[in-house]
Amino acid sequence: MDKNELIEMYHQMVLIRKFEERAGELYKMGKIGGFLHLYIGQEAVAVGFISSLKPDDYVISAYREHGQALTKGIEPRRVMAELYGKRTGVSHGKGGSMHMFDVEKHFMGGDGIVGSGMPLATGMGFAINYRETDQVCLCFFGDGAVNEGAFHESLNLASLWNLPVLYVCENNLYGMGTAVDRASSIPELFRRAQCYDLEVESIDGMDLLAVKEAAERGIRLVRRDKRPRFIEAVTYRYRGHSIADPGTYRTKEEIQEWEKRDPISKFANYLLKENLATQGDVDSIDAEITEIIDDAVSYAEESHEPTFDELFENVYA
Amino acid sequence: MAVMMYRQALNLALREEMRRDPDIFIIGEDIAQYQGAYRVTEGLLQEFGEKRVLDTPISEEAIVGVGNGAAMLGLRPVVEMMTVNFSLLAMDQIVNHSSKLRYMSGGQIKIPLTIRAPQGAGMQLGAQHSQNFESWFMHIPGLKVVAPATPYDAKGLLKSAIRDDNPVIFLEHEMLYTTKGEVPDEEYTVPIGKADIKREGRDVTIITYLRMTAVSLAAAHALATEGIEAEVIDLRSLRPMDTEMLVESLKKTHRAIVVEEDWPMCGVGAEVIARLQEAAFDYFDAPITRVTLEDVPMPYSKNLERSAIPNEEKIANAVRCVVGRECRDIRGKMLEEARQTREELEEEEEEEQEVTNVRHHNAQDE
Repeated sequence: MDKNELIEMYHQMVLIRKFEERAGELYKMGKIGGFLHLYIGQEAVAVGFISSLKPDDYVISAYREHGQALTKGIEPRRVMAELYGKRTGVSHGKGGSMHMFDVEKHFMGGDGIVGSGMPLATGMGFAINYRETDQVCLCFFGDGAVNEGAFHESLNLASLWNLPVLYVCENNLYGMGTAVDRASSIPELFRRAQCYDLEVESIDGMDLLAVKEAAERGIRLVRRDKRPRFIEAVTYRYRGHSIADPGTYRTKEEIQEWEKRDPISKFANYLLKENLATQGDVDSIDAEITEIIDDAVSYAEESHEPTFDELFENVYA
Repeated sequence: MAVMMYRQALNLALREEMRRDPDIFIIGEDIAQYQGAYRVTEGLLQEFGEKRVLDTPISEEAIVGVGNGAAMLGLRPVVEMMTVNFSLLAMDQIVNHSSKLRYMSGGQIKIPLTIRAPQGAGMQLGAQHSQNFESWFMHIPGLKVVAPATPYDAKGLLKSAIRDDNPVIFLEHEMLYTTKGEVPDEEYTVPIGKADIKREGRDVTIITYLRMTAVSLAAAHALATEGIEAEVIDLRSLRPMDTEMLVESLKKTHRAIVVEEDWPMCGVGAEVIARLQEAAFDYFDAPITRVTLEDVPMPYSKNLERSAIPNEEKIANAVRCVVGRECRDIRGKMLEEARQTREELEEEEEEEQEVTNVRHHNAQDE
């Protein structure tokens, strides 16, 4: 893989990490309202997959989607302004943390209902085939979605109709506070998808290079064969389900164990060991991203709130 | 001008629109090979092929979801819910997605989606297959809801729904499919948001829609023989609602009733009356009343089903009440008669039980 591409992926993971850390701080300061579901720990999944897409491929995600929104190319300023509920936000302050949309960038949300993005992704796959283009749709959802009817209806239809959709299950081991093995009769989630006659695999979502390899291959095959595919990326969120999470369902030791497998430090070590970057490069990326986040926060702070008349806009086209 | 059935008018609208715009496609349960549960999509597979007319599995959430997703990318899906009762399985897609994707995205997305759904009672289909859900959909900002009463309106409104850039819930009535009416040969549309005066009158306004339009017209005809001239307004479009036309009519007649086949609580009548008392209270000469479906799940038995649904007699009686003529408590009278019948039946049953008990006793003695 090209060195610049590797550095760029590191850059994107650090951007997500620092963006989310800052968002968590700002939430506690009362700058951000509503729910805030942080992506910290899962960065390798968004970056590995989205960096393997072409710009005109589509992405749809669920409500822990800041990382995917940033990786699909939405400016951090506009994501932060959306968290602030400002009119300069990517969804003009109408969406919030769970509903980031940027149609120009082909980032199609931001869905707040578990599993419900999957039928939408299926419909986008249908539209791609209808228009006879060679795009693909990448659909992210969590382990909780596997137990929703939408999951099964979508996979069945996508397989039946040969739709170019890559379904990516980010299994972070907990649906809110309920462990996967307390919710799924089969805890190996890729097996839940297996009966729809599509290719399934399970990968280590904490290892960027493993994700990248599976993503490149998966996306290439979906595009080539016009067939859906299912990848389970086993990962972990270090923070609570949302900011208001008592954490009663898992131990500190468990979190610490997963933090030892941190995708960002692991990848930084790889870059250093392979002489792809120096400690100086890594430090300067960190500093550069801190500046980007500072800029995003100032932009959000300084932006205007939506005006009253905007309350009534865009209910109808 | 051709005379055709309601379902044929719908079929023609679909055909003409699909010929006009290649971005329109149709999906639903048994709409293609089977030709549609109510034959609305008859022949479309043959004319437009498998790419544009697709049978789906019985997966309502995914059917509407595919419609939403395809609409997000600019196609114009027409999805059929085999009946409105099954749309409940797709409510998340309709309420959380069709109606909200535009707003949540700050206006970046359009959902030009038409969801057709037959509804209504009258065929002894029982509690789960006889419902009307217009008020559920009307409640939701971001959706439009239309409900045509005639073949003319069915064709014109379906064309408008398909051309609309918003999600439109298109409600059809199962008992209307084979009713006939005139449909012009030339191209026309019926605008969404405009009610229609189906009969002019000076004494009272009957506000209604869908199948109850024909029933109300029959009642108006009967009332004319008593010297009462009722104006019958067919709402046609439930969201947006043509309040202006209702107010204009009320300024003339000063009296009104609402006739609907759905349940009374939070129903269409409740909405119409709220709007009229806000906009035209000074013109009222009498309270506006409602004739609705009885507030019960639909029973199977023919006589019970029939007595739960509004009919000509109930409508005419309600009109007589609001115009100050002699009127009756129809339900009260029916309940009284029913109580007598039931007492007799229960007495008979008791007697039969006694005879059985005596026989049983005698048999044991022997």
